[in-house]
Amino acid sequence: MYDRVKISTGLLVVVLLVLIPFFYNNDASKAAPELTMPTNAKACVLPRAEMRAKHMQLLNTWRDEVVRKGDSRPVLVDGKEYPKSLQLNCMECHTSKVNFCDKCHNYSSVRPYCWDCHLAPVE
Amino acid sequence: MKYAFPLAAVVALILIALIAVQIPGMQYLFGVIIPYLAVAVFVGGFIYRLCYWGKSPVPFNIPTTCGQEFSLPWIKQDKLECPSTRLQVVARMFLEIVLFRSLWRNTKATMYEGPKLTYESSKWLWLFGIVFHYSFLIIVLRHLRLFLEPVPSCVALVEILDSLLQVGAPLMYITDATILLSLIMLLLRRLWNPYVRYISLANDYFPLFLILAIVGTGILMRYFIRSNVDIEAIKQLAIGLATLHPTIVGPISSLFYVHLFLVCTLLVYFPFSKLMHMGGVFLSPTRNLANDSRMHRHINPWNPPIKPHSYASYEDEFREDMIAQGIPVEQGGPQEAGAK
Ligand code: HEC
Ligand code: HEC
Ligand code: HEC
Ligand code: HEM
Repeated sequence: MYDRVKISTGLLVVVLLVLIPFFYNNDASKAAPELTMPTNAKACVLPRAEMRAKHMQLLNTWRDEVVRKGDSRPVLVDGKEYPKSLQLNCMECHTSKVNFCDKCHNYSSVRPYCWDCHLAPVE
Repeated sequence: MKYAFPLAAVVALILIALIAVQIPGMQYLFGVIIPYLAVAVFVGGFIYRLCYWGKSPVPFNIPTTCGQEFSLPWIKQDKLECPSTRLQVVARMFLEIVLFRSLWRNTKATMYEGPKLTYESSKWLWLFGIVFHYSFLIIVLRHLRLFLEPVPSCVALVEILDSLLQVGAPLMYITDATILLSLIMLLLRRLWNPYVRYISLANDYFPLFLILAIVGTGILMRYFIRSNVDIEAIKQLAIGLATLHPTIVGPISSLFYVHLFLVCTLLVYFPFSKLMHMGGVFLSPTRNLANDSRMHRHINPWNPPIKPHSYASYEDEFREDMIAQGIPVEQGGPQEAGAK
């Protein structure tokens, strides 16, 4: 092989870059976040699987409906009324932002900017 | 019609994954086994291709030169377009790889009535090419959040900058819009421009359709069809793959498996296709050689060894014949013998 040293160095760099995830993680990385679930209620606004995947879209729709369309009528789920709100709804049951929202968001590297304005429950 | 087959192939790949993951147990095949095979083929194929190229000799010093070469001191050299030292070559390569400088020179010839021929620089290929490549790079960097725990702050920074517009929730990424736009424009260019269309082959269309499908499924998953796109479960799968203890916790959207299967196809296809220009650009002799053939001798590695052949040894070899033909020789000739 010509230019053996240069090509091998380049190859080594590429291979190491591709394999970063295989070296970077350790056993601690495998643990999923442990969340503190609400004790004062049995069910969320939507079924659990849907909440996990879609809660940001739900919040976004509510926000648009309230702030843009002025429609702040509460939503009715299973005969129970929920206000379309972040502070006055989600955080009423999920009383700990740190041990619920944040734990999961840190794991997925999401940083919702809502808390720039909205107030998180005091912890 | 050269786009029909690649398009059908990508549609078939989507359907295969979409239908197969409905069968219980197939998630393991599409979520674990195929990804491992794909990474192995990618890394192995990449090494194989580069070693294969490394073994090919470069017989001539063939840098493409597009400016004044190194000459007399009072003639200004164009150091980037006609590099003569290693440092200048490195600078030229760097700008080529980072800014795609050679695409900046894409000229378009048009014939007007008269007849009048004009040349103008066409920057569209450069623009959409560079937008595509950087969007792709940023998206791949952002995806590292699924593979690394704790997420490094540089990946987080890329995410913050990419979602700076703060549109909607989940936040819209700027690169999602730019990659989609640039891919569509690159595809339209192949279809619309008659010259480019004429030279486009199935293997030009296939990567475009494949990446378009990857981006399409990714965007659908993030903004439109979020059902069962449980990032936590997906991250556990990804980290499991990276720590060699793969587990699939809970149901994950089939859209995700389609996305992953298309990415695996891309990884397998990569080393054996034109996409290898990623590694090839570094080994391209028209770019990585210095135009210094007047200062250093370029040795063609396949030349047979040329042994020096002096006149004295030439005469030694043919002396008898030379004397027989009456050709004067310097040593051992008849005159010399007669003088003695
Ligand atoms: C009435 C109380 C209540 C309200 C209001 C509420 N939740 Fe929940 N939430 C729950 C309960 C209880 C669970 C656990 C559900 C289960 O296990 O089936 C849950 C589960 C969840 C989960 C899934 C967590 C997991 O890991 O399984 C998410 C995400 C979530 N909620 C987000 C929200 C958001 C965002 C809001 C505001 C729109 C909200 N919740 C409003 C009670 C509530
Ligand atoms: C720039 C400050 C700001 C940011 C950032 C912000 N909000 Fe708001 N939000 C407001 C204001 C102001 C209102 C209007 C309150 C009212 O009219 O009572 C509001 C109202 C809402 C409402 C409906 C009414 C209520 O009482 O909650 C929802 C839901 C909501 N925001 C969700 C969000 C979410 C989700 C985010 C993050 C993605 C977010 N907001 C980020 C300022 C902000
Ligand atoms: C089960 C894990 C989980 C829990 C619990 C959770 N989230 Fe999320 N959340 C996510 C994920 C994952 C995303 C990002 C989705 C993506 O990137 O596609 C997200 C995104 C969001 C976003 C959009 C932010 C953005 O920048 O895109 C908001 C707003 C949000 N979550 C609010 C909440 C609130 C409020 C709570 C607590 C009541 C909560 N979430 C609890 C997983 C969770
Ligand atoms: C060539 C490599 C890949 C490309 C070009 C690509 C492209 C994309 C794009 C454009 C999106 C839209 C959202 C975003 O930009 O983040 C996306 C989302 C996504 N991709 Fe990929 N992807 C690739 C590889 C992968 C791999 C290997 C995985 C496996 C873990 C994966 C999992 C996901 C997931 C889970 C989402 C949804 C993210 C969310 O909801 O925020 N992708 N992809």
